[in-house]
Amino acid sequence: MFTIVRREEMAGGTVILNEIEAPQIARKARPGQFVILKANEEGERIPLTMAETDPEKGTITIIYMVVGKSTALFRDLKVGDGYQDVIGPLGKATHLEKVGKVVCVGGGTGVAVLHPITRALKEIGNDVTCIIGARTKDLLILEEQMKNASHDLRICTDDGSYGHHGFVTEVLKEILEQGDVKQVVAIGPVPMMKAVSAITKTYDVPTMVSLNPIMVDGTGMCGGCRVSVGGATKFACVDGPEFDGHQVDYDELMMRLRAYQEDEKKCHESYCTIRDAR
Amino acid sequence: MADKPEKRTRMPMPEQDPQVRARNFLEVPTGYTVAMAQEEAARCLQCKKPGCVEGCPVGVDIPGFISLLSKGDLTGAVRNLWSKNALPAVCGRVCPQEIQCEGKCIVGKKGQPVAIGNLERFCADYEREHGTGELPPKQKPTGKKVAVVGSGPSGLTVAGDLIVKGHDVTIFEAFHKAGGVLIYGIPEFRLPKAIVAQEINFLERLGVKIEVNAVVGRTVSLDELFEQGFDAVYVGVGAGLPRFMNIPGENLVGILSANEYLTRANLMKAYQFPKVDTPIPIGKQVVVLGAGNVAMDAARTAMRLGADNVKIVYRRSREEMPARKAEIHHAEEEGIEMFLLTNPTRYLGNDNGRLIGMECLRMELGEPDDSGRRRPVPIKGSEFTIDCDLCIVAVGSGANPLLTSETPDMQLNRWGYVVTEEKTGKTTKKGVWAGGDIVTGAATVILAMGAGRQAADSIHDYLTIGW
Repeated sequence: MFTIVRREEMAGGTVILNEIEAPQIARKARPGQFVILKANEEGERIPLTMAETDPEKGTITIIYMVVGKSTALFRDLKVGDGYQDVIGPLGKATHLEKVGKVVCVGGGTGVAVLHPITRALKEIGNDVTCIIGARTKDLLILEEQMKNASHDLRICTDDGSYGHHGFVTEVLKEILEQGDVKQVVAIGPVPMMKAVSAITKTYDVPTMVSLNPIMVDGTGMCGGCRVSVGGATKFACVDGPEFDGHQVDYDELMMRLRAYQEDEKKCHESYCTIRDAR
Repeated sequence: MADKPEKRTRMPMPEQDPQVRARNFLEVPTGYTVAMAQEEAARCLQCKKPGCVEGCPVGVDIPGFISLLSKGDLTGAVRNLWSKNALPAVCGRVCPQEIQCEGKCIVGKKGQPVAIGNLERFCADYEREHGTGELPPKQKPTGKKVAVVGSGPSGLTVAGDLIVKGHDVTIFEAFHKAGGVLIYGIPEFRLPKAIVAQEINFLERLGVKIEVNAVVGRTVSLDELFEQGFDAVYVGVGAGLPRFMNIPGENLVGILSANEYLTRANLMKAYQFPKVDTPIPIGKQVVVLGAGNVAMDAARTAMRLGADNVKIVYRRSREEMPARKAEIHHAEEEGIEMFLLTNPTRYLGNDNGRLIGMECLRMELGEPDDSGRRRPVPIKGSEFTIDCDLCIVAVGSGANPLLTSETPDMQLNRWGYVVTEEKTGKTTKKGVWAGGDIVTGAATVILAMGAGRQAADSIHDYLTIGW
């Protein structure tokens, strides 16, 4: 069992942080890599990118939004409980390079994944601007951490309750207008990564995105996570999860993410009904 | 016992009725009774130079275990099996005996060969259900540590062989359960998972340690295994990279590799959804591409999950189908249709990106190709459409580069398979052996076990004598 040593609730309990004992994974993990987790015997395997690793403590940290049965099941785990299976580190680590001015764009729980990458980009000497967004102020996560990880932090909310009133893409456009941006990293909901990539393409700025397709094994043996990148089929679990944002077929990815929508809904509803009855 | 042994026909294996079994996940053959097994065992002529043993890739002493079975010494029979084969309940079920032991049985020259597979299976099952659980003897500890990467048939064989030779063996498995293809690939109705778990438990009782969730190449590298004190490493990671057709529309929702479909169904037990959390697409009109054993397994699984119809689409003819005859027969009995000499050219989808059909071409057989099989050639203008809402692609698999790409000093061939010395399984990296599908490409369970046996002997020599 992989024991939970710390648990935090964020964004009004819709986003959960679990710090998990997994010394072997913590020792090897690099920013951008993910793990596959399975809560119990009947559980499914789901991928989550690591938000933090502490090799000395032997722990890894995941941050996830509660969106269905498995994440609801994860939310109900307390400190001292554990995951039956945690597998990793998986995927390729982020390619980190000193290029000059970099803009990191994060939306929703994507900010958690963006955080270690942003920090690493700053540590190797890049000039890092960060734009993070949420629907409303209460849903914003890791503001303090992102502030420390970058030179300049911009915040956007869809309803204007905090920071810029509007989308991250609007702020990004302003920054791109000023010129000099050498690299953009965008991690968040697929529509956001698609919109960011469309903008940076017009400014011809290299853009890296981290994709989140459906996965089963996470080791390249099933192809469930296949995505089209530059017209070629790639397996996100071994070839990614990070890809050139200008080459990704986002519409196909969104379509494939909806493959089990009805089953997922059914599963989540029955779990909530059973839990509420207790 | 009125007939002379050589005149008696083979004892048939009782099976579930096709109509019933096509909709459940219970094992198809229900197994011999003691009386049936002994009657079949009596057909063995106890040859002085048995051809059957030569036909067995792991050299099971077939007349020996059959003779013990005939005498009613079932514990003796299973211990005899174990001395050559750690997985008799598996091999009795999934080996292609017709081209191995039974193919060389002398009784088969003029009639039906002795049902060696069925008898092996019977002995293993009987021991599991009624046996004493007494373990085979082990040699005294050598103090040498061996890491086995991958817990499929070849890795389990290496582990079983080396543990009785006194070495300290640890298996590293990437999945959360050990067994490799025996667990994620071959379906419950052909190989019950409880049986695989018990055969693996037998190895654990012998002292083999199993670390699951360990992705060698990611969680730990081969070099780190040596740093951790292992003296030798066996790589048996299989050929788990699914091949696709590379035709338009392949990423539509409703097209899965057989690896994914079977992993969901078998390892994740998605056929019990929503009792378990992993979903699986339920097709009403299902097409399976390919005609090997994996294709048969996928097609029969789809039927059991409630399909109205399941079609096998294959570009060659029945003659060339790589699946075992028995599997094709079982599939057809269960209502699976064969669309032979048919090749898909593109997938058709709706506005939601879901599969609704595929366009195919009729083929005819031309000249033999490199493999000696007649090459299928498209018939011009023969396009037609098959309606389907689920397509399972079972056209083979390649070498998964996850471990090998992290091990640059281990030589690979141009297809990405590990290069080894033929008789020993030695790789070009010192202290590392390899065997099974990662060396040969996708083959059979028993061939992987044969490779494991050779490597285990070589590893033992290395640990006791030197490289």
